[in-house]
Amino acid sequence: MTALPAPPASSRRSPLHLFRGQGALVALIVLVVFAAFRYDGFFSLYNASSFFRYNSMFLLIGVGMTFVIVTGGIDLSVGSTAAMGSVLAALASPHGAWAGLLAGLLGGLAVGLINGLLITRLRIEPFIITLGTFLGARGVAQLASNQAAVSVDSTGRFAALGQGDLLGLPVPVVVLLLVLVLTVPLLRSTRFGRTALSIGDNEDAARLMGLQVDRVKLGVYALSGLLAGLAGVVLAAQFGAGQPTEGVGWELTAIAGVVVGGTLLSGGRGSLLGTLVGVTLLGLVFNVLNFENGKGVISIDVFWQNVIRGVFLLVVVLLQARSARRSP
Amino acid sequence: MTATTDITPPPRTRAPFPVHRYAALIALLVLIVFNAVTTPRFLTVATLNINLTQTATIVIVGIGMTFVIATRGIDLSVGSLMAISGSIAPILFLNPVLGPNLGTALAFVLPILVTGLLGAFNGLLVTRFAVQPIIATLVLFIAGRGIAQVISGGQLVNFTQAGFTALGSGRVFGISVQVLIMLVLLAVAVFVMKRTLFGRQVVAVGGNPEAARLAGVPVGRVKTSVYVLSGLLAGLAGLIVIAINSSSDSNLVGQNVELDAIAAVAVGGTALNGGRVTMLGTLIGALFIQLLRYTLLVKGVPDAAAMVIKAAVIIVAVALQYRRR
Repeated sequence: MTALPAPPASSRRSPLHLFRGQGALVALIVLVVFAAFRYDGFFSLYNASSFFRYNSMFLLIGVGMTFVIVTGGIDLSVGSTAAMGSVLAALASPHGAWAGLLAGLLGGLAVGLINGLLITRLRIEPFIITLGTFLGARGVAQLASNQAAVSVDSTGRFAALGQGDLLGLPVPVVVLLLVLVLTVPLLRSTRFGRTALSIGDNEDAARLMGLQVDRVKLGVYALSGLLAGLAGVVLAAQFGAGQPTEGVGWELTAIAGVVVGGTLLSGGRGSLLGTLVGVTLLGLVFNVLNFENGKGVISIDVFWQNVIRGVFLLVVVLLQARSARRSP
Repeated sequence: MTATTDITPPPRTRAPFPVHRYAALIALLVLIVFNAVTTPRFLTVATLNINLTQTATIVIVGIGMTFVIATRGIDLSVGSLMAISGSIAPILFLNPVLGPNLGTALAFVLPILVTGLLGAFNGLLVTRFAVQPIIATLVLFIAGRGIAQVISGGQLVNFTQAGFTALGSGRVFGISVQVLIMLVLLAVAVFVMKRTLFGRQVVAVGGNPEAARLAGVPVGRVKTSVYVLSGLLAGLAGLIVIAINSSSDSNLVGQNVELDAIAAVAVGGTALNGGRVTMLGTLIGALFIQLLRYTLLVKGVPDAAAMVIKAAVIIVAVALQYRRR
């Protein structure tokens, strides 16, 4: 069902029908246009590059979360896993940039595999399993770091993974683009991706059709863990230290971004590009608030930012709830 | 058997001795015995009191969470709602215009009403707008903490208001007030689940929402009610926490409580996908998690390692109940 293209619009619909179900994209465009007119320097290379350098971490996690959510699952462990990945990467960074990268990736992959194995073998809700590893990964991060930030090796090139530029783009953005080049086709046009979507649509039916349900589920959690570990590497490289206490609430930011981007939490339908839009939109709200404070006309204190963030999530979710009801 | 319109589910067929249904209880007893043998002065009233008072707020929030989860929902906003009620109360009982008596009386009522209303807002999102519960309550999880910080200005408020702090430090017959409140609420919740129409409706909605709707259960109203209940109870828990501390810090009150409450409900044996509900299980789950924390603490296990152990034990406890179902 969900693989079908949208039904053709009848001629008497308003031209706005093009934007149906694209509430997030509309909001993103509106916000960008508004900001471009209101703030000098919003469209500057510096702002764009620092915005995406920072938000690439959430985008990476959002990509993994999308795969998990289209199967009807959820991964609450990604924030803790990113923190753990950043600590492991920082600890390994004296052995070279590759060692740091590998340590973070392997750490994340390990958490993802544990999630996937427990979920497929024990048949317990992903919510509970990943709530467990949410605690567990945080514990490992604090044990490995002795509960303090771990400085990365400053003589090697590890820090370039977060702070450097490549072909005029921030390295984390290049990493993100590479990940997208691999994952967008993976979700859209491979057996793995189609199976993931079918699982979310109807897991029993997918099983009866002989699809490799358990293997694909294991795969999506492994991918989510791997990307969370990668986000941890970027975190450590960008801020020069492994951060055992960072990443709190990242899972919720990612889930919000995925949902705002139009992926159904119940599974079966999802789009990575939608996730990009959703996560970018939520990040941009902060960016705009910073510019607004910079203008000095009004000062929005940090507490209001949470309120605004919540209200914004509410508005986008309501917009989508309406459009979902109109086009069943 | 003319009960064609009777929505009462048939009684569960019972296994001779369903070990899995008592997994949490058995685990709790094992911990108690272990401590009784190895921890000096464990079997004392003081130890019991410490553990019960630590558990009270989790159980109170957990009761609401059990109702919500019984309808296949989830409520992530409870911690933020606790912070909101905790930030409103001091404004009332420290208010010179209202005076101490009226102010304290209002401080017991108004904050809870506010969080109840916010619970209704959650329910409205879930029912009217068909937003998934995890996202619907995520809105207030994020915004609610901000609201609490805006109300209090992000400042720590210290107070000594005997009338109000009795909620946290008072004792009746040697038992803490909050433990008594917990027990009373638990008794009411058990009664509601087992003996009232509303309880049956909650189970029906969680078991099969479509069938419940066809059977004439007002699904929307039932769902909204459970979020209101969860909001009210979170508000009360917020008051208890600030009364215990004699201070209110909107940045900290209720932090991570949603996770503890969900873990308690799940360990206690309520199924996250509906159809199985146990209020007493939530009490047992909360006690188990608290006693586990206490045990690791008195055995000198470092915090970080304790976290890993807690994670593993929660998963094992839940797994035991699922396997033999």
